[in-house]
Amino acid sequence: MAAYRYGPVLLLGFVALVSHFVSASTPNNLEDIREEPKSTDGTDSVLPERTDTRESNEFTPRQDGSAASPEALESGSRWAATEVDLDTVPLSGEKATGNLRDEAAEAFDSLRHQRYNDQFQEELVIRPLHSGDIYSSFQFRTRWDTDFFQKGKKVADYRLFPKSLGQVITKFSVRELHISFTQGFWRTMQWGQPFLSAPPGAELWVWFQDTVTDVDGAWKELTNVLSGIFCASLNFIDSTNTVQPSASFKPLGVGNVTNHKFLRYAVLPREIVCTENLTPWKKLLPCGSKTGLAVLLKSEKLFHSSFHSQAVHIRPVCQDWKCTSTAWELRQTLSVVFDLYTSGQSRREWSLFKMFSRTLTEACPLASSSKIYVDVTDNSQGELFELSPVSPILSQAVVLGDRRTYSVYDLMTPDTFGTLRSLNIQLRWKMMDVAEGLRPLLHGERYVAGYGLQTGEIHTLVYNNHPYRAFPVLLLDSVPWYLRLYVHTLTVTSKNRENKPSYIHYQPSKDRLRPHLLEMLIQLPPNSVTEVTVQFERALLKWTEYPPDPNHGFYAGSSVISGLVPSIVAMDTNSTQEGPLFSSFFPCKEESTYFVRVYTEPLLVNLPTPDFSMPYNVICLTCTVVAVGYGSLYNLLTRTFQVEEPGPGLAKRLANVIRRIRGVPLL
Amino acid sequence: MATAEVEKQRGRYAALSIAAMVIAVGIPLWWKTTETYRAWLPYSQISELDSMNLQLSVEVEVVFSRGTLTPEQQKKIPLTQAREQEHQVHANTRLKYRYETKYRTATVMEEDALGQPTAQEADLALHRLSESPCGSVVVYVIPESSALLAEGVRVYVGQRRTALLRGQSGMAGGLKEVLGALGPQIEQVVQTMSFSHSDITAALSDRVRGSRLSRDGLADSMRAFKSSPGYEITFSLLNPDPKSHRLQWDIEGAVRSYIQPLLDKLAPVANFSVDSQILYYAVLGVNPRFDNGVSAYTLSADSLAHVINPVEARLGSNAASSNPVLNFLLYVPDAQHSPLFIRNHNKHTVPTNAFHSPRWGGIMVYNVNDHYGPDAQFPVTINIDMARVMGVFLAQLRLMLGVQQTRPPPGFALQSPGSAGLTDWELDRLLWSRSVENIATASTTITSLAQLLDQIGNIVINDNIAQQVYSAVTSLQAAVAELEAGNLAFALQYSREAILASERAFFDPSLLHLLYFPDDQKFAIYIPLFLPMCVPILLSLLNMAGELKQRRSEQRAKRD
Repeated sequence: MAAYRYGPVLLLGFVALVSHFVSASTPNNLEDIREEPKSTDGTDSVLPERTDTRESNEFTPRQDGSAASPEALESGSRWAATEVDLDTVPLSGEKATGNLRDEAAEAFDSLRHQRYNDQFQEELVIRPLHSGDIYSSFQFRTRWDTDFFQKGKKVADYRLFPKSLGQVITKFSVRELHISFTQGFWRTMQWGQPFLSAPPGAELWVWFQDTVTDVDGAWKELTNVLSGIFCASLNFIDSTNTVQPSASFKPLGVGNVTNHKFLRYAVLPREIVCTENLTPWKKLLPCGSKTGLAVLLKSEKLFHSSFHSQAVHIRPVCQDWKCTSTAWELRQTLSVVFDLYTSGQSRREWSLFKMFSRTLTEACPLASSSKIYVDVTDNSQGELFELSPVSPILSQAVVLGDRRTYSVYDLMTPDTFGTLRSLNIQLRWKMMDVAEGLRPLLHGERYVAGYGLQTGEIHTLVYNNHPYRAFPVLLLDSVPWYLRLYVHTLTVTSKNRENKPSYIHYQPSKDRLRPHLLEMLIQLPPNSVTEVTVQFERALLKWTEYPPDPNHGFYAGSSVISGLVPSIVAMDTNSTQEGPLFSSFFPCKEESTYFVRVYTEPLLVNLPTPDFSMPYNVICLTCTVVAVGYGSLYNLLTRTFQVEEPGPGLAKRLANVIRRIRGVPLL
Repeated sequence: MATAEVEKQRGRYAALSIAAMVIAVGIPLWWKTTETYRAWLPYSQISELDSMNLQLSVEVEVVFSRGTLTPEQQKKIPLTQAREQEHQVHANTRLKYRYETKYRTATVMEEDALGQPTAQEADLALHRLSESPCGSVVVYVIPESSALLAEGVRVYVGQRRTALLRGQSGMAGGLKEVLGALGPQIEQVVQTMSFSHSDITAALSDRVRGSRLSRDGLADSMRAFKSSPGYEITFSLLNPDPKSHRLQWDIEGAVRSYIQPLLDKLAPVANFSVDSQILYYAVLGVNPRFDNGVSAYTLSADSLAHVINPVEARLGSNAASSNPVLNFLLYVPDAQHSPLFIRNHNKHTVPTNAFHSPRWGGIMVYNVNDHYGPDAQFPVTINIDMARVMGVFLAQLRLMLGVQQTRPPPGFALQSPGSAGLTDWELDRLLWSRSVENIATASTTITSLAQLLDQIGNIVINDNIAQQVYSAVTSLQAAVAELEAGNLAFALQYSREAILASERAFFDPSLLHLLYFPDDQKFAIYIPLFLPMCVPILLSLLNMAGELKQRRSEQRAKRD
């Protein structure tokens, strides 16, 4: 009877324990039930190309080929020689053939005189940094004098321009596309300005043609296609991290549409860049990584560095000076900073072989120019480092507002490779401690302040290091919705005084729909630090919205600071350099400013994170409590109660024992 | 003792009423709150589709020209005659072919047309007179003495949907005998020009597993791409050695002159898009062996499968669409490995130097070593003869698209397709087999989807999926009906719609979601609540049943 009475409660505890274990392992039986939608089309040897897997209707029907018996399969699926009776079947009558031959001959004749309408250039810039690190920047430029959006004619014949990107441009009516993948953070204060800056992670911004009606749909599909092309997680770009900046990102190519309705900008700060992103990037090059400068791009060296950034920029450019027709430019850039201590074994000695474990033997035969530039501006007398082999060609260019001198190696001339038929540029520092270089004029920093898991404050510091000139910058901040900004707390201070932005564009977030967008035009006083602070509250997410490692924290993308910075050339008025007097009275006008874009660090913010086994624990606990309550109630309701004669008390029993010993009759 | 009995009775009532509450309120409530939304699907119609009864109707027009029938026979000509054939292909697949033959005598204009000097001109002239609808066949019976057909040719099949059939002389007998004598020949013509039973069974190969198919039919059906609403055709020029060879190919003009006419003709079957690219430094996966006998490099047929792997990685999939891609590669071997020849299984050199892979595409090796001498200045500019290349690619394209090689019976002369690359009746053949294939594929997809949804009880079926299923089913029914009525073009169109809708429904992302927990996990969640609640109820019910039994046996014992 006792076992029956307490049975439910005991059983309950046991069951709760067992079911806890059952649910801990979560098998997905469902996947077995659906047949795998995989094509077995008989050509097993053919490696499938990685395509994006966003749309499941891309799979070929699952019934393919599974019907045949093995012998039939063999006969049907084998590579077979094509038998063509060349005389009768294809040549479609003598007339057509004759025509075509004539046409082809004509085309050939004209081709011989006229150059191709596409050209390819490659170059590598090596800049020794004052920290002892070395900065190498590759640029590959393919220019195609064609119009993707010509009416009535589809561009379908690709020579140097990669077909996949061409198809993307035509399908989605893209006017401009800029995508970058970056691993590591560019240290502006140590390294100066990069040629092309990029935020850590993946950044994508696209201008669509004004003929696109459903921009959001095109953007969604485009990100999916690009994630397939570049093997990246760009498919995680959705409306919650996409913004439409109103002023910060203007088109870089020709065209007059500046309505930011057609612009989309997204950053994935968490994206890890590695070999699988480099391989498809290299595949876009006409020569692949077989010849030319691209042989240096070996992933085991490139990713053993403190900064790696690769990018693809597509934009329309002018064909000629008159700009009557547009050409398309594809610029593939790759920048890498090799660390003095990890890659250079702290010896101040660099060579192509040491950096890339390769030397150069030839230029890409398809390239119309192939050059290596080494920055020797601070080394005019060879006092800083020694460069070998020495190139006789020097070239001067104004880069980022500074006049730089470069030593040029032209790979198209065979003399460059010397007698060894191989070029290995070496760079040996002479001085061990190099004086600090000029501080970059514009610099940004960002951090989160505050304590606890409820509120916080974002601080963005913008430095203007120019000694006497103020200049305006545009600050763009895109903050995810789960950091709820309190815009009334926005303060901008410089030199301890309030600095009122002359233009503010703020788009509040919507939960789970879109992020905050904050754009400001701030005037930076000379030689100052401007601090922008805004407070925020951390939202509590739904339990399915947390990523697999929620305690790592949540990223908020870098702020973008873009502005026209006064150039150093114009700053140089104290004429320490020897120069004609007539040239140095008024600051020179034409090179007085240059455009620069600076990215701050991305933020890593902790959000309140629950214990994820909690829902199940809650279920178990509640069920147990309910079951205990219910069990006792049930017992009370259904049990039969009887009055039982109470047994003799303890005192009486004791007395009886004593009485028995004494032999006295019991009570 | 009486109070105890009353108390016991009260306990029993309490247990019973709790059990009743659980059954009447608890279970419906639980059922209602955990129910998933499942839109209603036309299961009965789907199961009807599963057992497929296809009827294919062909209209055949037999036209007797002057001199083939006597005047008395002409008067007695029956207007129409229908003949049916039935085949049980599979337990639940039945085919019925219906040939509706119309007989008439030639009009004056047709007689004029038949008076042309050659069969080809007669064919063209007849085509100008009247255009026969898609899927139909017109057979002109011409006198035996006619000079239109060459010696030993009984039947001439033209570029359109007409055939010329040489009648037999001495048809003095009754009309019945004449028609009876013509019958088998007309049947041969129709099978050549529209469809034969083996074509249709090959098209049904997905549905009918392990059936006895002719080897050729199966090879054809496996080589050809599956029916799809569109195809991407990519021509790639592989130049592994740009330092030595500067290759020029006028692909734009070649596509315009050779490929585009064929694709225009095939427009009702699918949408095609053509593009081309040049890939540099693309090398084959195997090193060709140098053969001293012919002083050339050779690739054996066995190694062809490995040739393509490294190239395939660079071909790239089409970024802009999800249609299947047909690849045609033109490989120009590098200067060190020229010339390069392919050998077939019998160790003979393949004359076209090309080969194809089923459902993938073709590759052709184009040797350029004889374009320059040994002391040539590299790089050499070479202009590729596109006529030669496109001849091979066109033949491969026809194979890949499933335009079957017809093997005409003896005595048949087939007109070559001409500049269009495809005759009308070849297109009809393709349309017949494609419609049947589409119908078979779509019905299989819809049936397996219905089975799947039936199997997984807790999967959500949204309205849009139900809508896709509905439209697939109606399109399928329409396609079957149009086939029955003999409207081939409409049948193909409906079958394409059916296939699209069924695929969209089958691959809808909402149907594959990790949120659908299997039953064992669901019960693991429920057990902590359900077990302790149900066990006492069950036990007390069992207890009561036991007492009842005992009391009855006691009563019976008492009675005894």
